[in-house]
Parts: sequence; structure tokens; C-alpha cells
Amino acid sequence: MAGRVHGKVAFITGAARGQGRSHAVRLAEEGADIIAVDIAEDIATVRRFYPGATEADLAETVKEVEALGRRIVAAKADVRDYEALKNALDDGVAQLGHVDIVSANAAIWIFGDLAHEVAEQDWQDLIDVNLTGVWHTAKAAIPHLIAQGSGGSIIITSSTAGLRGSPHAVQYVTSKHAVIGLMRTLAMELAAHSIRVNTVNPTGVDTIMIQNEATWRLFLPEVEHPTREQAAEVFKPTNALPVPWVEPRDVSNAVLFLASDEARYITGTTLLVDAGYTLK
Amino acid sequence: MAFITGAARGQGRSHAVRLAEEGADIIAADLCDQVESVRYPLATAEDLDETARHVVALGRRVVAVQADVRDYAGLAKALDEAVAELGRLDIVSANAGILSHGTADTLTEASWQDMIDINLTGVWHTAKAAVPHLIVGGRGGSIVLTSSGVVMKGTPNFAHYVSAKHGIVGLTRTLALELAPHWIRVNALHPGNVDTAMLRNPETLRLFRPDLSDPTVEDVKAAFQATNAMPIPWVDSVDISNALLFLASDEARYITGVSLPVDAGYALI
Repeated sequence: MAGRVHGKVAFITGAARGQGRSHAVRLAEEGADIIAVDIAEDIATVRRFYPGATEADLAETVKEVEALGRRIVAAKADVRDYEALKNALDDGVAQLGHVDIVSANAAIWIFGDLAHEVAEQDWQDLIDVNLTGVWHTAKAAIPHLIAQGSGGSIIITSSTAGLRGSPHAVQYVTSKHAVIGLMRTLAMELAAHSIRVNTVNPTGVDTIMIQNEATWRLFLPEVEHPTREQAAEVFKPTNALPVPWVEPRDVSNAVLFLASDEARYITGTTLLVDAGYTLK
Repeated sequence: MAFITGAARGQGRSHAVRLAEEGADIIAADLCDQVESVRYPLATAEDLDETARHVVALGRRVVAVQADVRDYAGLAKALDEAVAELGRLDIVSANAGILSHGTADTLTEASWQDMIDINLTGVWHTAKAAVPHLIVGGRGGSIVLTSSGVVMKGTPNFAHYVSAKHGIVGLTRTLALELAPHWIRVNALHPGNVDTAMLRNPETLRLFRPDLSDPTVEDVKAAFQATNAMPIPWVDSVDISNALLFLASDEARYITGVSLPVDAGYALI
């Protein structure tokens, strides 16, 4: 049986690991070829919380997609650098023939300070990656989608933090709200071309972005060396469903749905994958 | 095992067929009778039989029952008997709904009351009848309530409809919180205009072309399309069914309490 996105090509940023790799694998399972980009190096302001993805991580994504019998073009590119990102995408399209699905997934997580105490560089790096990087991703892809004339689906990764405030995370909350405004505007501008634009809004996802001691300590400030198990206990009551976090694959399933023709008339929406977080 | 109200035709039949295609057995309920304040013909017993035939043709089991969502006791009894026959319940689609119109100051008491009784209280009744089965089953479940794209905006001539459909969102969010400990997820669908008999009737068509005495479907296409961001006048029932299928499946195992529009960008403009 043909896959749900058979014959399509998906452009995914932040594809070296975590949700990005999961999206690449899930879409490949359903028949898509992949254009994968990742910065694949540390960003100095993030390094104090968790290490960045590596070229070895990106190579692992390539291996997993190829093991599914799909093609993948992977490149090291920084979403902050529009020219580099565009070149990576253009090269991928040249090799794979087209692009139909865009997952603007690349993001970083810097936190811990009250809004009026956030360092300039912490603010700037996060906004540059999580917001401007998403715009760059769309900007690079849209000319291809329009020129092809066969519609398309752009999926931007927002967050429950795109709909709710959260202390000690102002730059992240601001960026994830902002991409919703970007999504709604893009959805209107591109609807005439049958290009759909939506966000997915996950609660905490079980990746290194939250599974690190610095993040656990944000929720357990009184514990010197908190553990994953202790973090699970404090995360769990923030969701309505009795789980501390969701798996990358749960977000990938939502991305797959929005990417597929099953969602051909769904545009401009914020699809929560949040275990009921925003209900509480 | 899926329980669907308003299953005789339109979106309800489409839901029954789509879920059956993916392996579900179906409990199909429909009023199969007219409601006086509704000025287009509602579904018939023959329509419900046709739904049942479609499901059986797909090799799935079906229990089809005439039941009124306004009558809780009747609805619960019909569901209880069907669950006893088919063995379990996992998915609930509270889909039954009607449409009538009139400005808020001119709506008759009967129009208002029928609308609220069917499109809001009927949805609560559907959930109320189903929840005990889902809890006892102990396997979680997925309840999908059909709200509407109008919830994102409001629209003239439909104060009662818009009120009922907003009410469903509050009901969705409350049920989602109450049932999350049981792994029962509750979500709302928000269709835009859907190509069904609710739309394809002279009453509804005239609302969109008040300048014509007897507008055809062709005559209203441009007016409908102007309400959507995407260049189409309406969506098909199967598009709503695909969204229902996603929410009903384990792929959406952590999605609860959400409003999912299937509206071609209606809410955007």
C-alpha cells in the first residue's frame, strides 16, 4: 500500500536528532524523500544548558531514512543564515526534483531568567533561531512551492508556550507566540496557491531539549542534582492526561497528518499535541 | 467500535464508512424523522439503511438504530443494547445536528429550543450515554464532538446555531479534563461549509444569494468561496471524516481538549 505522503519531498530543519529526526523517519516510513538540515554544532549561549546536535547525529538521521528505502539529502546549515539555508534547500530540490512538505522544526531553549534580567545575547540567539529561522525556512521554500503549482504543506513547530505564558522563559514564549502570527499570515498569503500552513503545539517532548539537568532544575529549584524520574513527577501534573511528556513520534504523527492529503483543507490552525496541558 | 449520531447521511454516514474502511464496527444512530422548525428534509429510515449497507459492504458489523438525541433515556437504551451486542465501545462521534436560521430578534422559541436541544443538549446526552461504557471498558477512548467553524467567528442569522456550537467547545474542554485520568480523550471538530444536504437546500442557498428567488448550487459557489481563504467553496464530508479518523486513532493518543478546524481557512478571514 502506498504511504500517506508517497512521492512527496519533505524539507526538515533541525533534523539531526530529536523531533526533527523523528519527523524525517516518520515521513520516510510513509513514502516521502527528505531534505534534512541542521546546524550540527553548538551555539555558545545554549551550551550551558545542553549540547548541540553533531554531524554524527545528522549522519544517523541519513542512515535511518536510507534504511527505509527513501532518498535523503542532508546538509549542515544554520537557519539564521538565509543564504546558506536557501542553498541547502535549492540543492536538495535539484537532487530530489521538488519539495512539497516543509517542517520548520529547528529551535533552541534558553531559560532561567526573569524577562527584565535576560542577557541581550540570550534573547537575540533564541529569537534569531526560533523565529527568524522559521521565517527563513518558509521564505526559502515558498518560491519552490508556488512555482511547482501543486500546493504544499508548511508545518511550523510552535509549543504550548505559543499559547500560554511561562515565567523564566520569556524569549522562548515570545518566539513560540510569534510563529503563530507568522503561520496565520502565511496561511492567508498562500491559500490561493493551495499551500497550507499550520503549527503543531507540543507539550514537553522527551528529547534532550528538556531531558537535561538544567531544565529539570528549573522545575525542581530546591534539588541540586535532579533526576529524570524526579522531573517526571513534577511534569506529570502539568498535563491532563497522566503522562509527564509525549514522545517525538506523537508530534511526528501530527506533522504527518497535516502534511498528508487527508488534511487538504486544514490551514491556519494550531494543532495541540499537549496531553491536555493547555486545559489546566 | 464507534458510536455515531446523525449517521443516516451526510457527515455521519461518511464517518461510519471511513471508520469502517479502517476496521471499526459501527453503532449508527439517527432520528430519521422531521423536526418542525427545520425547513429542509431531514434524513429518513431509508437513509440509515443505506449507511448500514455501506458498512456491511466493507465487511464490518453495524447496529443501526432510530434514536433521538433529545431523548436521553431512549438514546442510552439504544447504545446499551448495541454495546451489549457488539461487545465494546471505543470511539464516539457526536455528529447529529440541524440548521435553521433567523436574526436573533426574530428567531422563534421553537427554532431556538430545537437547536439547543439537538445541537448542544443532544451532544451532552451522547457523551453522557457513552462515558460509562468507555470507563468500564478500561481501555481509554476517543470522543469527538462536532462543533463548527462558526465558533471561530460568529455569523449573522444563526444566533442559536452559533451559541450551541460554542457551547460544545466548553463541553469538550470540561469532558477532556474530567476524563483524562481514564485515558479518554475528548476533542472538537470545526468544519467549515460542508457539501451535504444541510447546505444543498433552497433555504440555505437563498441566504447566500438573497438577490435570487431560486438560486442553484452553481449560483452560490462564489459567495461560499469568498468565506474561505483557500480557493474552494466548501469541503467534502470525507475531509471531516479524515480528521475524525486521526483524532480517533492511537496516532493522536496525547491529543485531548483541542479544537481542530477543517475549514479551508474560513476562520482566517
